[in-house]
Amino acid sequence: MIELDKLSKVFGQKHGTKQTTAVDSVSLTVEEGEICVFLGPSGCGKTTTLKMINRLIEPSSGRVLINGDDTSQMDKVELRRSLGYVIQQIGLFPNMTIEENIVVVPRLLGWDAARMRERARELMAMVALEPKQYLSRYPRELSGGQQQRIGVIRALAADPPLLLMDEPFGAVDPVNRGTIQDEFFTMQRTLNKTVIMVSHDIDEAIKLGDKVAMFRDGKLIQFDHPDTILAHPKDDFIRAFVGADHTLKRLLLVHAGDAADDSPAVRPSTTVAAALEQMEEDDRRYLVISDESNHALGFVRRRDLRRIDPETPIEEFRADFVVTAGRDENLRVLLSRMYEYNTSWLPVLDEEGGFLGEVTQESIAGYLSSGRSRGQAPATNIHSPAEVG
Amino acid sequence: MTPPTLRRVLGGLLGIAVVALLILWIGPSTIARFRADLLYYTGQHLLLVACSMVAALITGLGAGIALSRPSVSKSAERFMQIFNVANTVPPMAVLAIALAFFGIGGTSAVFALWLAALLPIVRNTYQGLAGVDGALKEAARGLGMRPLQSLWQVELPNAWPVIMGGVRIALVINVGSAPLSFLIGANSLGNLIFPGIYLNDPSQMLLGAVATALLALVLDGLAAWLTLRLSRHQAPSERAVV
Repeated sequence: MIELDKLSKVFGQKHGTKQTTAVDSVSLTVEEGEICVFLGPSGCGKTTTLKMINRLIEPSSGRVLINGDDTSQMDKVELRRSLGYVIQQIGLFPNMTIEENIVVVPRLLGWDAARMRERARELMAMVALEPKQYLSRYPRELSGGQQQRIGVIRALAADPPLLLMDEPFGAVDPVNRGTIQDEFFTMQRTLNKTVIMVSHDIDEAIKLGDKVAMFRDGKLIQFDHPDTILAHPKDDFIRAFVGADHTLKRLLLVHAGDAADDSPAVRPSTTVAAALEQMEEDDRRYLVISDESNHALGFVRRRDLRRIDPETPIEEFRADFVVTAGRDENLRVLLSRMYEYNTSWLPVLDEEGGFLGEVTQESIAGYLSSGRSRGQAPATNIHSPAEVG
Repeated sequence: MTPPTLRRVLGGLLGIAVVALLILWIGPSTIARFRADLLYYTGQHLLLVACSMVAALITGLGAGIALSRPSVSKSAERFMQIFNVANTVPPMAVLAIALAFFGIGGTSAVFALWLAALLPIVRNTYQGLAGVDGALKEAARGLGMRPLQSLWQVELPNAWPVIMGGVRIALVINVGSAPLSFLIGANSLGNLIFPGIYLNDPSQMLLGAVATALLALVLDGLAAWLTLRLSRHQAPSERAVV
């Protein structure tokens, strides 16, 4: 856990003439294993704040606590060795091989050679680069994307609990950026590292951030889950920054499980009459069928039940799902799938095939306009009559 | 035969041809006559160069590094001006001044040669270090290197080609100026050149001059090779081709 407590930086203090407050009393807390993105236009103080954490810039006032320890009490160099640091320009040392670059911090910490060798190979495997092929090369012999991967694993070499990243993917071309972001995200979740990342790219913040800290003129304006920032921008500045299409951007952040409605499911033994009545009541054209343990079996269409003996069980008319939605899939993917299969709804199933509800165009629109957001409200409670009854 | 090898062989043959022509021009008999002198004065010449270059390297690298430190970065340019002015004094004048302080002999010569070699080394060391990419210095600092570790592991290796450029210039100036030290009573290849002039013996003069030139070329070549050896990461190497 890392805590910034009223952190401030005033430049130009000594000469007294012109003082600029670069960072103005920023307080925030990032929990272990979270990615926090510092977001804002250039000159907003986000980079200065980041650099005050590893004391590349000394704070004018305020404290930084890492797991409760005040960093100003630590040796500056020891502190930096205990934190990972990635910069936008990557900054691999051209005079060192890839292996030497990766083990810079372990070497500073005095690890023995065998352990460093082992560690370099382990890290290379993590970013899917063949150690034999790359370790003895020099940085200029690698592509930009490969260099950035090395930059990240160099920061991870001594296994620091906290990773500081200053626009880490800014120098990579857009095509590779997406891949590297995905790789990084998987790696971060696997290793459970706390990450503080500076960015000016709202899409990057949405994609990677568990928390987003919006900066302007050295002040922390809003500190929330990215979905909350998109759904409830605190002021006009943030509204402008997140863009006019901020609601569409939320599609990436909202999961099927959140936006699913509480559509009922019926048992296979239900009679046609009862099913038709249910559909009539809810004005529906189909019903999901599930068994006693709420396991989804398929669905019936209203048009298949017309002029049928009312006492027949609906089991006979059960159709298999064409497509389904997973609980953790985001709405962007689901909408794409709905258009692809020309359907207006998808059943949301959990990992075991249990029925959770339906995602429809209406339920998505309803969720996005409801004022709820992922960071704020707990996940929607999904009630299925089958489960209750 | 690959093109680089071919080029090397051709270069070698050309070099041998040039040396053979020079020997022919000077005349084998002259070389035989001055053989002992040639060896002795070449040794003395090298001694002057070695002493003054070592002194210039120690002081020049030291001064260049000191000037590139962030704490003096504001006044560094002014210091560089002092070195620049010192360098505009011609070697002959420096020799005369040195004579006034250290008297006749090797000490004055070493002092004058040291001063002549100093500026290129200081200037290139300073500029080489100042030119190291700021991102590298930030990465070094951010990863937890102490200032000396950053200097030794990151800044100097990356400034190396520029620094060596200065060292090579200094070396050539030094070797070329050393014959003048004959005038203040120090031994060098100048001891062949100047008597050759005074005694109207062109072959003797030529022998000294050619020996000086060859010495400069060989030492410069050595320095170039050393530069390449120590900065393989900058030159396209065989390793780059996979």
